[in-house]
Amino acid sequence: MHKIWLIIKREYLVRVRKKSFVVMTILGPLLMAALLIVPIYLAKESQEERKIAINQQQKYHLNNTEYLQFTIIPDYEAKKLTSNFNESPYYALLYIKGDDFTLYSDQQITLSVSKTIKREIEKIIEIDNLKKAGIDPQIIEDASSNINITTKLVSEDGNTTNSHSEASMGIGFISGILIYMFIFMYGTMVMRGVIEEKTSRIVEVIISSVKPFQLMMGKIIGVALVGLSQFVLWIFLTVLISTVVEVAFLDTSSIPNEISANNQSAIIAQIANVTGGINLIQIFLSFLFYFIAGYLMYSSLFAAIGSAVDAEADTQQFILPITIPLILSFLLIQPIMDNPDGALAFWMSIIPFTSPVIMMVRLPFGVANWQLLLSMVVLVSTFVATTWIAGRIYRTGILMYGKKASYKELWKWLRY
Amino acid sequence: MKENLLIVKDVTKKYKDYTALLNANISVPKGSIYGLLGPNGAGKTTLMRIINQITAPDSGSVFFEGLKLEKHHISEIGYLPEERGLYKKMKVGEQALYLAQLKGMNYTEALEKLRFWFTKLDILDWWNKKVEELSKGMAQKIQFVVTVIHEPKLLIFDEPFSGFDPINAAIIREEILELSKQGTTIIFSTHRMESVEEICDHIALINKSKTILEGPIQSIKKKFTNKNYEVITNGSKLTDNEFYKVTNKKEDAFQIQLLEGIKAKDALAFINKNHEIFSYKKEIPSMEDIFIKAVNNA
Repeated sequence: MHKIWLIIKREYLVRVRKKSFVVMTILGPLLMAALLIVPIYLAKESQEERKIAINQQQKYHLNNTEYLQFTIIPDYEAKKLTSNFNESPYYALLYIKGDDFTLYSDQQITLSVSKTIKREIEKIIEIDNLKKAGIDPQIIEDASSNINITTKLVSEDGNTTNSHSEASMGIGFISGILIYMFIFMYGTMVMRGVIEEKTSRIVEVIISSVKPFQLMMGKIIGVALVGLSQFVLWIFLTVLISTVVEVAFLDTSSIPNEISANNQSAIIAQIANVTGGINLIQIFLSFLFYFIAGYLMYSSLFAAIGSAVDAEADTQQFILPITIPLILSFLLIQPIMDNPDGALAFWMSIIPFTSPVIMMVRLPFGVANWQLLLSMVVLVSTFVATTWIAGRIYRTGILMYGKKASYKELWKWLRY
Repeated sequence: MKENLLIVKDVTKKYKDYTALLNANISVPKGSIYGLLGPNGAGKTTLMRIINQITAPDSGSVFFEGLKLEKHHISEIGYLPEERGLYKKMKVGEQALYLAQLKGMNYTEALEKLRFWFTKLDILDWWNKKVEELSKGMAQKIQFVVTVIHEPKLLIFDEPFSGFDPINAAIIREEILELSKQGTTIIFSTHRMESVEEICDHIALINKSKTILEGPIQSIKKKFTNKNYEVITNGSKLTDNEFYKVTNKKEDAFQIQLLEGIKAKDALAFINKNHEIFSYKKEIPSMEDIFIKAVNNA
């Protein structure tokens, strides 16, 4: 047992010290933080108050909106304005001639500004048209409606809980994708590690000290720990970076108080409300289970592939059958979310090669306990079986050089 | 008689389409340098893998110091395989420490021994280099060190000199001989016959998965001696007669082969009577001759 720890330690340290690991660990959260922050920043940017000049004409009298102030200026001033914007207080000039509308500015006009102006003008024309047709615009406004539907889940004992399809979809989608990514990235990392040991010819030196199975499992576990570390670091750094950036660059006091206060309490209330019907602890524990068991099952197969080939270029024919169920489960996330209790969803969440992704997609919608348990048992037994098979292929494969492995060959190795 | 450190008894290993070893037998005396000879594909590597417990034999058994070979014997054996290498991206020292610990040494012991060997072979300043920065010969030196580092009772080298330049090969040969003097038993496989004659005292010849010759090198040579003599005269010519026939002639040196039932001293007396002899020498077959002869006879 002492030796397998040495192997795990080496596999872990070698990868964690790599430049690519450090770069990915830092770059990942930066990108994620950017994804979180940029929309907020952009939203804030467009909320700046701007003054828009309009040339004098008869038809269009635009009302000020929340962020845009319209000022009508005489024609001669408008002409002067186009030549020296930066000295004027105006952001842009809206020049109207007949039915032609042109926006002039000395900078790129933001999409939200031009959209707002377009909307305002359209509104004026619409009301104008309604009046011409003899309809009071107020009638139209009164006729339109806006309702919300609340969905409730009824359990057998008659209790009802709020059910929230949107939140379920979000949680299911994210955890499914994460498991898919993790299996793919770190499974191939195991495979490359095995190929490296083979091509560098160190493998025979090592297995004169340890059993091939120990070497394989040490590598699989070592790489799993690398993945988990990266994962935890990502979450931690993303939270850290986005908090720091928000505090430093987006001074919250500049946003009118009542808005942010409203937003915050609204968001908190929404989260509490939204997740009320979902068993978060069950989801978290299941996520950990499928995350690890799915990875272990797939990575042992990836290790077997690595042992059977001499170079990464030869892996294609073996990788394909392994990745097909994985990619299939990825593609089926959307249809499964539309019908999380259908036959397809059920079978895909029991079959071990698709269950890690699909069960996580189904889980937030509620899955019967016996189904969850069955899926887990099947996955664990498959994991034991694939590891056994992989171990047998591995111990023969790592000592085979220059032999083009075929499926027939692998079958023979299995029975040595 | 010397005690045997390792005995391989009737070991057979079959793969689906071919037999790698068929009833192979070898006995390696304690403290000997044992040469494992044979053409490529004869089963040498399979035999070494079985001794290292990398592969298990289908039948037969291996005994180490009189006991059945088991997992814990791994720390008593050092193995330098023919297909050998190191992790390219890892630093030399770190890697040597890792491999030494895998052999069962603890960290401080491994560090101390490694420093000793690295100093001895004058490679201490490579400690923090990555393996990919080293030449093939340099990497081979490190592989040698990590093979012997845990001071095993038995060292197994598969083609140890391949990949070395003559100078480094000589250094490694000296180290092997020194380890042998200290009492380590050494098995090595090769198809380079001259190195066998230089350092081995026992050999086994494996051909087509069978051991066809085994024993101390002197007795094997004796078994293969024939009735060939080399005679150098003052220039007078030897011709075929009732004692011998001349098989070859090079300037004043004649190769003669004694006829059936003729004793060497009688032939000598006859030549001495008729010619002036400068030298009269029995031809001892080289390992290469024996190798080829044994393989052809088998």
